Amino acid sequence: METPIAVTGLVKTFGHTRALDGLDLTVRAGEVHGFLGPNGAGKSTTIRVLLGLLRADAGAVRLLDGDPWRDAVTLHRRLAYVPGDVTLWPQLSGGEVIDLLGRMRGGLDPRRRAELLESFELDPRKKGRTYSKGNRQKVGLVAALASDVELLILDEPTSGLDPLMEEVFQHWIDRARRDGRTVLLSSHILAEVEALCDRVTIIRNGRHVETGTLTELRHLHRTAIDAELAGPVDGLDTLPGVHDLRVDGDRVRFDVDTAALDAALRRLTEIGVRSLVSQPPTLEELFLRHYETPPAAPPAAAPPASTGEGPHAEGPHAEDPHADGPHADSPHADGPTGERPGGAAPGNDRPTGVRR
Amino acid sequence: MSTLTGTGHLARLILRRDRIVLPLWVLLLTVLPVSYAGSFLALFPTDAERTAYATGTARNPSVVALLGPVYGDSVGALTAQRGGFLQVIVGLAALLTVVRHTRAEEEAGRRELLGATVLGRYAGLTAALLVTYAASLLLGLLTAAGLAATGLPAAGSLAYGLSAALVGVVFATVGGLAAQLTATAGGARGIAVGALGVAFALRLVGDTSDHGWSSWLSPLGWAPRIRAYAGERWWVLALPVALTVLLAVATYPVSVRRDLGAGVLPSRPGPARAGRMLSGPFGLAWRLHRGQLLGWSMGFGLLGLVLGGAAEAAGRSVAGNAALAQVMARLGGASGLAEAYLGASLGLAGLAAAGYGIQAALRMRSEEAAGRVEPLLATGVHRSAWLASHLVFALLGPVVVLALAGLTTGLTYGLSVGDVPGQLPRMLGAGLAQVPAAWVLAGLAVLLYGLLPRFTATAWAVLAVVVLLGQLGAVLELSQWLLDLSPFTHTPQVLRAGWSATPLLTLTALAGVLCAAGFASFRRRDTPVG
Repeated sequence: METPIAVTGLVKTFGHTRALDGLDLTVRAGEVHGFLGPNGAGKSTTIRVLLGLLRADAGAVRLLDGDPWRDAVTLHRRLAYVPGDVTLWPQLSGGEVIDLLGRMRGGLDPRRRAELLESFELDPRKKGRTYSKGNRQKVGLVAALASDVELLILDEPTSGLDPLMEEVFQHWIDRARRDGRTVLLSSHILAEVEALCDRVTIIRNGRHVETGTLTELRHLHRTAIDAELAGPVDGLDTLPGVHDLRVDGDRVRFDVDTAALDAALRRLTEIGVRSLVSQPPTLEELFLRHYETPPAAPPAAAPPASTGEGPHAEGPHAEDPHADGPHADSPHADGPTGERPGGAAPGNDRPTGVRR
Repeated sequence: MSTLTGTGHLARLILRRDRIVLPLWVLLLTVLPVSYAGSFLALFPTDAERTAYATGTARNPSVVALLGPVYGDSVGALTAQRGGFLQVIVGLAALLTVVRHTRAEEEAGRRELLGATVLGRYAGLTAALLVTYAASLLLGLLTAAGLAATGLPAAGSLAYGLSAALVGVVFATVGGLAAQLTATAGGARGIAVGALGVAFALRLVGDTSDHGWSSWLSPLGWAPRIRAYAGERWWVLALPVALTVLLAVATYPVSVRRDLGAGVLPSRPGPARAGRMLSGPFGLAWRLHRGQLLGWSMGFGLLGLVLGGAAEAAGRSVAGNAALAQVMARLGGASGLAEAYLGASLGLAGLAAAGYGIQAALRMRSEEAAGRVEPLLATGVHRSAWLASHLVFALLGPVVVLALAGLTTGLTYGLSVGDVPGQLPRMLGAGLAQVPAAWVLAGLAVLLYGLLPRFTATAWAVLAVVVLLGQLGAVLELSQWLLDLSPFTHTPQVLRAGWSATPLLTLTALAGVLCAAGFASFRRRDTPVG
């Protein structure tokens, strides 16, 4: 089985709301797949369709080579699910819930159960109503991770966990991957995604925006350059792929498309480089860009989009060339760059990302 | 910071959240007694007719058991008696309101959010009590005004209105105390409703037996003893006021001595591993329903003991009373008034059992709304199996409690007439005869859950209509097709008229169809529906 999860053109509507609007998602066997998107993008709805809880209105959905709605019961024996907000029965102890869910999935590994309880520091004797938010999540995680299943579907599973427990969680997901299990991980915690995920899918407004390894995604984006040069700066502004050029005496700062990086660096060394800091796009930038940019509008066609046409035009438009002052010489003004070390963030660039 | 800071804000929050439910019960419980007065005026325009009704029907022990004693044969006195059962509902509404705004809030964690703002220690409890007291008093005064407007004496109207209001006030305070004792709203409701049930039983025993003192132990017994429209005894009003003060004095210290979220009764740690029982949907359903089943079983068992014990005295009181003998003849003749009384009482037990069936079925809805169904249905559990696990309790629960009520009734009645072997199976049968009608209402709740999960509360509205049809049908002289809407109209009177299979089988089949439709809809629909 090559693809435990294969979703194409998935549509799900609730009344007049189109929660999923032709969504695509492919998860390969044995990978940890990050599932990202802003709140309300449709991540939980997608997961509920995959679990056979919601019925798809259109599109093709295959889960573990089965139909998630029709074959729900047999498929569920092969997967474990942790919701973002685990609610427990007030009168049942945590240990009872772990065993109950495990048995309903077809059994759990008692050794791993004990190991998990210890590493998550969870007291299984407490009653459901007395657990804190983080401890309720731990109950769900222990129940899922102690099961012998091929596929883990985790919907923001670490909400409420402290950083120590976050580390424990990452350890166990790593172990699951080494055991050959497939993981679909919906998350807002970028460090978690960066540490765990082989590939990520970003969705927005119920649609697929981008899929790939983090390296591939980074590759599509720009590198920030901050250099001190030996001579006067010229010839950079005419290079294709260079954006947001700012010159301050000998110092030059700009963003450059990955494809144009080589040419830009060559030009810099021609002038003579005294110091150079290059910063690949951070995950935050990557996501902010996708979360805030209308996915339907390709960057090149952006300027007219700022007048607000089409269904996706409600967001702020990073592409708006007029918003960024004289240096925004290209329609490709990037997302906020404030995250970059070295204080390289140009003040007039910042508003594009945080204007909302 | 004063201990009451913020009470006003909280009271406004309660009014905002209850802006539909609160006016609804206040108005409904106001309109009903006024409508009783109107129908008595219309049905019995002459003194002679009223006197016949008062000496006959109104003194019938089964009527007295349900409604309380009647003092006099004026329209006012008859109305006051008719309203007797409404006061139980006033008490129920009041205690549920208080629990909803105290313990239920705390359990949901919303109280914590508010507790972090500028809020006095007593503010939460005080706001809930004040709003409910105010609603009860408003109900009493509106009732008094409405009754006086129909032409009844003002003093009697005020006495009746205040008696109803004070029942609300007392049981609001009972709800407040219960909310301090347990950590769950369900537990608090159980304790408070249990107290209401004990009050009802004390009044019932006192009013239908030689032990009249028993009624004086019950707030529900005080209300009729104010004797509205029959030489008002105003001093009786002091009793509920005094009890309220006593209860409040007990409640407030408890409310600050415990921690937020905790109850006075301790909650113990549970087992680290699940027992062998807890390995599937049915094991889980047993854990979720067993407390409720136990509570209802105990209530029905006690009710049966009381009813069966009082029946013989009720039958005895007929001896040598010509007017009552006539009524008795109308009610079914030689088998006797005691059996008519038992039949009517078990009919009421059937309505209560239907309420239990609905409650057990709608447990599914609260599980779904709380987000506890999603993780279950994401395991190897079939939707139908999960639904069936709860349906077992919605269908078999009423059977168990009605069988218990029948058995205990048969036991005490059999003891009092010296015929346990004969009466035990008869009363068991009379109890079980109520089952199919209760199933129809439980089945309706299952269908609503499958088809229209957002409107499951409709099942309670239907039960309310069924109760009203049963209680008011005779008084309002409703047409037969309207009465036929209630499944309980079709339940055979097995004590009086013997068994009849057709209606029982028809009702059972109808319940089966409703359940099957509920299953089919649930298998097709999205979960969770918020």
